[in-house]
Amino acid sequence: MSVQNLNTFDPFADEGDPLGDSQDVGSQADYIHIRIQQRNGRKTLTTLQGLPKQYDTKKILKAFKKEFACNGTLVEDEKLGQVIQLQGDQRAKISNFLIENGIDKSTIKVHGF
Amino acid sequence: MASEEPLFDPSLKKRKKKTVAFTEDPLGAEADPTAPAPDTIESTTVNGDAVNLGPKTAHELMKSTGDEEGETKKEDEDYKAMFGDLKKKKKKKEIPLDLGDDSGTSTPTAAPSEGAAPAITSEDLDFSDIKKKKKSSKKKAAFDLDAFEKELNETKTKSSTAEDEDDEGDVNPNLDHLDDADLGDDPFAQADAPVGVEAGNEAWLKSDRDYTYPELLTRFYASLHAANPSLLSSSSQKRYTIAPPSIHREGNKKSIFANISDICKKMHRQPEHVIQFLFSEMGTTGSVDGAGRLVIKGRFQQKQIENVLRRYIVEYVTCKTCKSPDTLLTKENRIFFMACESCGSRRSVNAIKSGFQAQVGKRSKTKTG
Repeated sequence: MSVQNLNTFDPFADEGDPLGDSQDVGSQADYIHIRIQQRNGRKTLTTLQGLPKQYDTKKILKAFKKEFACNGTLVEDEKLGQVIQLQGDQRAKISNFLIENGIDKSTIKVHGF
Repeated sequence: MASEEPLFDPSLKKRKKKTVAFTEDPLGAEADPTAPAPDTIESTTVNGDAVNLGPKTAHELMKSTGDEEGETKKEDEDYKAMFGDLKKKKKKKEIPLDLGDDSGTSTPTAAPSEGAAPAITSEDLDFSDIKKKKKSSKKKAAFDLDAFEKELNETKTKSSTAEDEDDEGDVNPNLDHLDDADLGDDPFAQADAPVGVEAGNEAWLKSDRDYTYPELLTRFYASLHAANPSLLSSSSQKRYTIAPPSIHREGNKKSIFANISDICKKMHRQPEHVIQFLFSEMGTTGSVDGAGRLVIKGRFQQKQIENVLRRYIVEYVTCKTCKSPDTLLTKENRIFFMACESCGSRRSVNAIKSGFQAQVGKRSKTKTG
């Protein structure tokens, strides 16, 4: 018979390195990053990086372009995968769009000034 | 280079003239319910509003300015909690909520956002709203009539209490004599009044009713702050201030961040770390010149740099546990750890990663360079 209370559990057992098993301490893997870059004059470029895999970036790009009335492109990056580039500062609009479409706000990080 | 955010924010300008102030409040926004009380004095005069509801005006002022600012900023809660007026906005929301617990109606939550002309949210509110409006505009006669009618319709109180009200006019704590339905919005009204009230003329002295908890609480804080003003400044106004970044333009396409070394010293951070963060956040590059100034490629305004610095402070300077800026950043096994000097907590912080950098400018330049 097994009584749950009688199970031995050593509360002082060594748990091991708290950081040992998690590779992504301080990593940005699970965030959606929205960044801005300056171009010449008062032009800017917005990049959206780290969109979860289950979303179709092409369709999202199309929706962005239509919604924000701007051009944009899909850039393949060898490390970061597909990145959406949009013309102009679309950071607020992108984050609103994503939140409205059911992406958790806490996973979105807006960078830039 | 101007960003798309509204640049001309009066509150921002007003506040940021001298120093960049970071509020450090270990207990959070709700720690001191009456902390904003001293503000009432200044802002009522500034405001010139007819609303004389104690803390109302000050908060209203704070809120109206704070709201604009809130829209422009998309930062997280931590960030918001740090800065003065934003924090006050938060606090303002907190106060009515507390009272809401007492009263049991939704009045307090609705009214603070509307101020002198509150929205009508429920039947009960009808009455209180009108009451409040009239009260603020000091139209006693109209108020009495209205209130009287309403009372007859809604609460069917004894006529004596209505007369009572007639006599007292603005002093609404007397409504305590009314029945429970009325009592609902009453503490709310009381709480507005006593903040400005000095010791000696509390509302309950005129009547034989019992004083309520919020009244006593405000009285306590009023006398406490009156007795030792130093407590007031240290509890609610203890701020972490750094000099604002001084940004100059060098030529057409470069900005110079002149006092970065001072700011880094103030924050106890390595300039390299700060610079790395700045560059990765702003998606640009730059260099440090001979005088220790940072030359940033691209046109940036002081406000923009300040925003990025604020984010740096939230992320890498203030302790997440106790909000103290007194922290040390050390690197162990390629991971940065932030140890708090005041509370002893220790946590890892995100590594600075620049992320995706789009191709900007001529391709031929990047090929050769």
